[in-house]
Order: sequence, then structure tokens, then C-alpha cells
Amino acid sequence: MTERAVRGRRRWGRGERGERPMVPRAEFRSYYGRPILKEPVWKTPEVPGYLFLGGLAGASSVLAGFAHVCGNRELARASKVGAAAAIGLSAAALVADLGRPARFLNMLRVFKPSSPMSVGSWLLAAYGPVAGAAAASAVTGRLPRAGAAATAGAAALGSGVATYTAALLCDTAVPAWHEAHREMPYVFAGSAASAAGGFAMLAAPHSQAGQAARFAMFGAATELIAKQCLLRRIGDIGEPYQAGRPGQLMHAAEVLTVAGLASGILARRSRVATAASGLTLLAASALTRFGIFEAGLASARDPGDTVRPQRDRITADV
Amino acid sequence: MTYAQQDPALAAGHVDHPARMGFFTDTSVCIGCKACEVACKEWNAVPEDGLEFTGMSYDNTGSLNASTWRHVAFIEQIGRGPDGLDGAAADGAPARWLMSSDVCKHCTEAACLDVCPTGALMRTEFGTVVVQDDICNGCGYCVPACPFGVIGRRETDGGAHKCTLCYDRIGDGLEPACAKACPTESIQFGPLDELRERAQQRVGALHDSGVSSARLYLEDPGDGIGGGGAFFLLLDEPEVYGLPPDPVVTTRDLPRMWRHVATAAAALLAGGLAASAGRGWWGRS
Repeated sequence: MTERAVRGRRRWGRGERGERPMVPRAEFRSYYGRPILKEPVWKTPEVPGYLFLGGLAGASSVLAGFAHVCGNRELARASKVGAAAAIGLSAAALVADLGRPARFLNMLRVFKPSSPMSVGSWLLAAYGPVAGAAAASAVTGRLPRAGAAATAGAAALGSGVATYTAALLCDTAVPAWHEAHREMPYVFAGSAASAAGGFAMLAAPHSQAGQAARFAMFGAATELIAKQCLLRRIGDIGEPYQAGRPGQLMHAAEVLTVAGLASGILARRSRVATAASGLTLLAASALTRFGIFEAGLASARDPGDTVRPQRDRITADV
Repeated sequence: MTYAQQDPALAAGHVDHPARMGFFTDTSVCIGCKACEVACKEWNAVPEDGLEFTGMSYDNTGSLNASTWRHVAFIEQIGRGPDGLDGAAADGAPARWLMSSDVCKHCTEAACLDVCPTGALMRTEFGTVVVQDDICNGCGYCVPACPFGVIGRRETDGGAHKCTLCYDRIGDGLEPACAKACPTESIQFGPLDELRERAQQRVGALHDSGVSSARLYLEDPGDGIGGGGAFFLLLDEPEVYGLPPDPVVTTRDLPRMWRHVATAAAALLAGGLAASAGRGWWGRS
């Protein structure tokens, strides 16, 4: 059995968690073991927090849109307020990373489809006010027609806000991020739905939380499946997702996701259990984003992660 | 080969532009004097970025970053002759020193430029890639996008910085400061076409004289970055010098990423729709 096949079976953070693999990997040459890539300069917790909050906001708007249509008014209101609050915090996290608010406006001087950050900035600029309007209308009860239009607009834009961040990370030279670009958008979509459903299970009245719980179940299942597909496909390059601190974060996220999923289904009659399940899923989603973010930093630091796949490619071509 | 790969300056909108200019760094004649590092710092007024002792070799600069735009790598190989082969060489020398002055590659397909959300990174009429300091907002996206780890963010001003190929000098017909200062013509500046021709002759001459380890790096327009505006003659594998052996610009996969993002966004909406059904499962909602 090849080394890759052995490691491809390992699950997130399972096995020799935090240690180097049992099977030594192929030797690689380097310049005194120094990294080839520059580690991303994005700050923690600002940027992983931004990824989590953006996902929570975007998917909350999606849930709010369908809850609005289904007549679950209180659920819709809770999700709209949650979305507006989360996008506000996420914008604050972004500004904190940039240093000052005016720097965000620099991004709006051009539109570049070749830059996920440019696309994301325009998405945020469009989505933020719409999500805010939807929440304001739901809370005050004023302008219900405009509120309904804003709710629909926020749902459509929110689906993009929750998923574009996957392209943001993957469109880099960081091996663990870049090589994961096929599955990452589904991981992010699932994680976002799980967080939004979890938030609404916590915030909405229990009588209307069923729709939120089903959305969260959909999200949690999507996230778990997409992560497994991701790891299986990228093999060795996915090592940073399984080892060290990022591996611990990913493992904790998986445990909490499964726990939230199970308790959400089994204890759905209990109001307290539903809220606890929602809180668990929210925490799981945050841990997932922090784990993925930190795995990328570890991947960039390791010259072997940069050299080995490229060497393999050269060898395969010859 | 795409239109942008053939002529990046024209693709960026420079009509009637001058010839594409670049660097050919022939590391076989580098003596590791670091005059290029000093000249670059002096001309471009690049701030000091730490006087450190790495303890690993005669290289105390370490790597390229926001305040180091030329970096001389120094590698000592015991047991390798000057021809790069194992064992003692004909003259009995048991070791060889490799020295190489690294610099921004001014990629034909430049990831830093592609991902820059403000348009601060731009393609000049010479086909080079330059940061406009007054536009850069310090978002840092270019930093992990570069497959070579060249560009960095400077802590003092929060902006991204890297080699400009002395945009101010070459616009006035001067050669870049590093090439001017290089005492052995290891750093050669000129029109890229001419440099590529010269490099082919040089690597042929080295092979003829028995230096079988000589190879060109990033001179091929068919490689993963469409060829470098700065390319190199190396005497060992690129990774030995801290260079990626087969870099590919990340944005080549971006269309596929956007398709997956669109599908995932649609899946999220479909999940929302699906969650609206199945009311019997949870009482009234």
C-alpha cells in the first residue's frame, strides 16, 4: 500500500494527532529548511473570525428568506437580526485587520474578477445594507414590502457572501488551501448553514425552530461529507489539517458537529436541548474556520509541503 | 500561448510599448559579494530590516521580503565538485559553494497582480510588475499568492513592497541598480528576448565545458507562470536555492474555483428550500 493511501484514510485529527506521521515522507531538499512561501500576514482572530461571521451572516439571510416565505415570522426575524449583527461584526473584523476603515474603500476603486477579495468587497458592499434593511424592517414592522424585497435580496447575495471566502483562501499559493479548492466552497457552505441554523435554534422560539434545525442538519452533513472528500483527494498535502494545533481544532470541530447534529435530531422535543445543540453547531463552525485558517499558515511555513507536490508533478511528467 | 502570455504589457493596455525588459541572473559567476543587495537598498531607499546573524551560512539576509528586494543565497555543498556531481572533482576540491542573487520574478502570469483587490499592483509598459504605494491598502492578499514568497508587507507603513526592476531608472534608459553594481555580470539586464538567447548560449557553453548541472529556471514561456521576466541559470535543483521547482500561478485554477463557489452557493439556497419542507417532523414549523 502506498504511503498516500495509508494517510488518505486518516480522519481529521485522528490517529497520531499532533505528531508526525508513522510513515516517513520522501526526503526533499531545501534552503536550510527555510520556508519558500511567505506566511499569510492576516491576523488571528480577525480573519478566521471574519470567515466565520461572514458565513453565519450569509447563511442566516438564506434561512431568513425561506422562513419569511413559509410564514415563520419570528424565526425569520431572529435570522435577519442575526445576519445584520454578524455582517456588522465581520466588517469590523475586516477593518481591524486592515488597520483603518478608509482602507476598505480602496477596494471599491476597481472591480476585478481575478481577485476574490475584490469580488468579496463588492458583495459585502451590496449585501451589508440590504441585510441591514431586512433586519430593520422586521424589527420595526415598517415598510413591509421593501423589507420583503430586502429579505429576498439578502438571501441571494448571502449565498455568495457565505461561499466566496473559500475562493479567497484557495486562490493563493498555500498548498493546503490551493489544492483544496474543489471541495472548500462546499465545506464553507455547509459550515455556514450549520452556524446559521444553530444560531436560529438558539434565538428563535422552539415552535418555529424546526426549519432552522433542518437547515443546520443539512449544513452539518454537507460540511462533514465535503471535508472527508477534501482530505481523501488531496492526500499528503492535507497533513496540516490533521496535525498539530490546526488538527486539534479540526478534530474538535468534527466532534462538536456530530454532537450538535445528533442532539438536534434526537432531542428535538426539548427546548433546552435544541438551544444547546444550536450553540454546539455555532462553536463547531467557528472552530472549523479557525482550523482551516491555521492549517494554511502551517502549510505555508513548511517548505516540504511546497516542494514535494511540485517534485511529484515533475517526476510524473518525465 | 495566450495573448497575455505573448505580450503582457500590451494585454495590460500599453499600446506602442517598449521591449519587455528583465533580468538574467547567471549564478555560475556570482561571487556572493552582495553588492546587488546594497545597491538596491541605496537606490530605492529601502529601510533596514534587521541586522541578524542567521548562523547557517554566509547568508545573513535570509530571504526576500518587503524590505529586501535582492537576496544572495549561499549554499555550501561538501562532497560535490564544481560540476555538481558527487565525489571529488578533477582538481581534488571536495566541496563547492553555490551563490545566487534572488529577486522578484516579474512573472508573465503574476498571481500578486491578479489577486490585488485595489489595483495597486500593476503591469508597466516594460512588462514588469510594480506596487503603487499610494494605492496599496495593505490587505496582504499578494503575500500568500506569490508562489516564490517574494512580496511582503512592511510593518512600518503597512503596505506591500517588492522589487520594481528600478522602474524609475529603466524609464530613463539606465539599468537597475543591482545589475549596475554587479562586478561579475552575474546580474544581466536587457530586453527579455535577448537575455533568453544569451542564456541558451551560456548554458550550452557550460555543458560543453563539463558543468552538467547547469540549467535554466523560469526562462520557458510554457511553464506554470508563463516564464519569468527575471530568470536564472542554476547549478542545482531550484529548491536547493529556496526556489519552488515547478511553480504554477494560483489564478489558473480560479475559473474552476468560481464555478465551485457558484455551485456551493446554489446548494446553500437548495438546502434552505429543502429545510422548508418536512414540517411534520417538528410540530408546527
